[in-house]
Amino acid sequence: MIAAAAFYLFAAVLIAAAVMVVTSRNPVHSVLFLILAFFNAAALFLLAGAEFLAMILVIVYVGAVAVLFLFVVMMLDVDFAKLREGFQRYAPVGGVVGAILLLELLLVFGTWQFASDAAGFRLNPAPAGVDNTRALGRILYTDFVWLFQLSGLILLVAMIGAIVLTLRGKTSTKRQDIAKQVARSGSVNLRQPALGAGLGAIGIERPPVEPPPGEKPRQVEHAGHGHDHGHGGHH
Amino acid sequence: MEAFLATPVGVLALTVAQAMALLVPLLIGVAYLTWAERKVLAAMQLRKGPNVVGPFGLLQPFADAIKMLMKETIIPAGASRVLFILAPMITFMLAMLAWAVIPVNDGWAIADINVGILYLFAISSLGVYGIIIAGWASNSKYAFLGALRSAAQMVSYEVSMGFVIVTVLLCVGSLNLTEIVRAQADMWFIIPLFPMFVIMFISALAETNRAPFDLPEGESELVAGFFVEYSSMSFALFFLGEYANMILMSALITILFLGGWYAPFDIAPFTWIPGPMWFVFKICFCLFVFIWVRATFPRYRYDQLMRLGWKVFLPFSLVWLVITAAALKLFGWLPGAV
Repeated sequence: MIAAAAFYLFAAVLIAAAVMVVTSRNPVHSVLFLILAFFNAAALFLLAGAEFLAMILVIVYVGAVAVLFLFVVMMLDVDFAKLREGFQRYAPVGGVVGAILLLELLLVFGTWQFASDAAGFRLNPAPAGVDNTRALGRILYTDFVWLFQLSGLILLVAMIGAIVLTLRGKTSTKRQDIAKQVARSGSVNLRQPALGAGLGAIGIERPPVEPPPGEKPRQVEHAGHGHDHGHGGHH
Repeated sequence: MEAFLATPVGVLALTVAQAMALLVPLLIGVAYLTWAERKVLAAMQLRKGPNVVGPFGLLQPFADAIKMLMKETIIPAGASRVLFILAPMITFMLAMLAWAVIPVNDGWAIADINVGILYLFAISSLGVYGIIIAGWASNSKYAFLGALRSAAQMVSYEVSMGFVIVTVLLCVGSLNLTEIVRAQADMWFIIPLFPMFVIMFISALAETNRAPFDLPEGESELVAGFFVEYSSMSFALFFLGEYANMILMSALITILFLGGWYAPFDIAPFTWIPGPMWFVFKICFCLFVFIWVRATFPRYRYDQLMRLGWKVFLPFSLVWLVITAAALKLFGWLPGAV
């Protein structure tokens, strides 16, 4: 009973959120409603006993993809009111396309036939005695490992392609080469004065005292004021 | 009593009682973490720290809380009101939500689910929303810049954190947090996986926006970053959420690397202290290091932060993952191997 009530609650919120994604005026609100929809889909997965898929949906879609989405939408400088201007003009065309799609879906659904053992697999994501994380792992990494690797390779190629297309060796920008900086020697030295002795102990006077012409270099008083050396730089 | 606990009402009452038993000490811990941070920082900078309100300044957190509550909540003009109020709530709620699966002792978790580590990872990856929404809803340049920085930073460091978690999972063979701790009964994972522990700790600093990675709130350039427009209780919620997240990350590191509730040595004086106490000690140790790092290191520059995440941590954790997998396979140490 509780499971059924939870299902209808999550499903109703999911559909309402999906409608709001399309209809809300502000694109940032749309993305936030999309996140709400993802959440409720994850809850439906949980109810179906697919806890691994539910968590992965939240981690991948909500935690990463939607963040980037939100990132881009917030940065966009597009006048969305202007984009919606032609709504009246395009509505009939959109309506016709939608009606055709609906008709086709109805035709497909009317002739739908379930495989004889499909009912047994429904809402039974894992074989008995194995939790569904392990079951998915076996399918992906043991039974179909080559197909899995192949799909990974395709994504890698797509990523490399995107990087190659956008990467330009700009010469105008300044770049930091950490290794070069660390390897540099001579101009900057690291020296270790004794604790509490101050810089004077290793022959550095701060601020550098320029002796006035015709006068002996002045000796800085040390006695009893060892602690003042630390403030030399602030004078 | 047994019969009552089996009814739906009984289960609900029991869960609420368990949640209270965890959340009340947690919130007191958060309050005293703010006090401890100020005291430790003061000690490291040769100051006294809070010492006026109560003995040793122990009542300072409560004085601060009362001050916060008394202040006026200001909603800036042009802010998106609903989201502006929602953002700190999201931050605080997520910080509390994750504690549902943390096992304080063997079997002492409110929900001992079999994908516990994924749940924690999912919740911690959601933390960025509170910050982004706050930055956007404030309708302020500084807040927005802070939010963008935070989004990029948290997404970047999550990747290497994911690899660290996968490495630990390879050594355990289960996603259940209790199982992860049990696998460390003989040897804590910090010993064989020490480099991953270091990466995990630094990523945790970046994930919680702590110094030296506190660029989203870098006051020298962004005033206060994403919460610049917040005041009163809504600011307090951000503040509490950040500290609760610190404790959560420390708990996660304790579970993954420091052997959870196990004593360091299984001999007499160590075994007298009960498991939950060890768990709390280890969390306190991690928190101390968090504060120590803050007192020691200057803030990173933003491009250096991104470089560290993508060009150093990601390749290194990936290589270490492959090495771990190869070693487990070669020496036949793979858990659950047939």
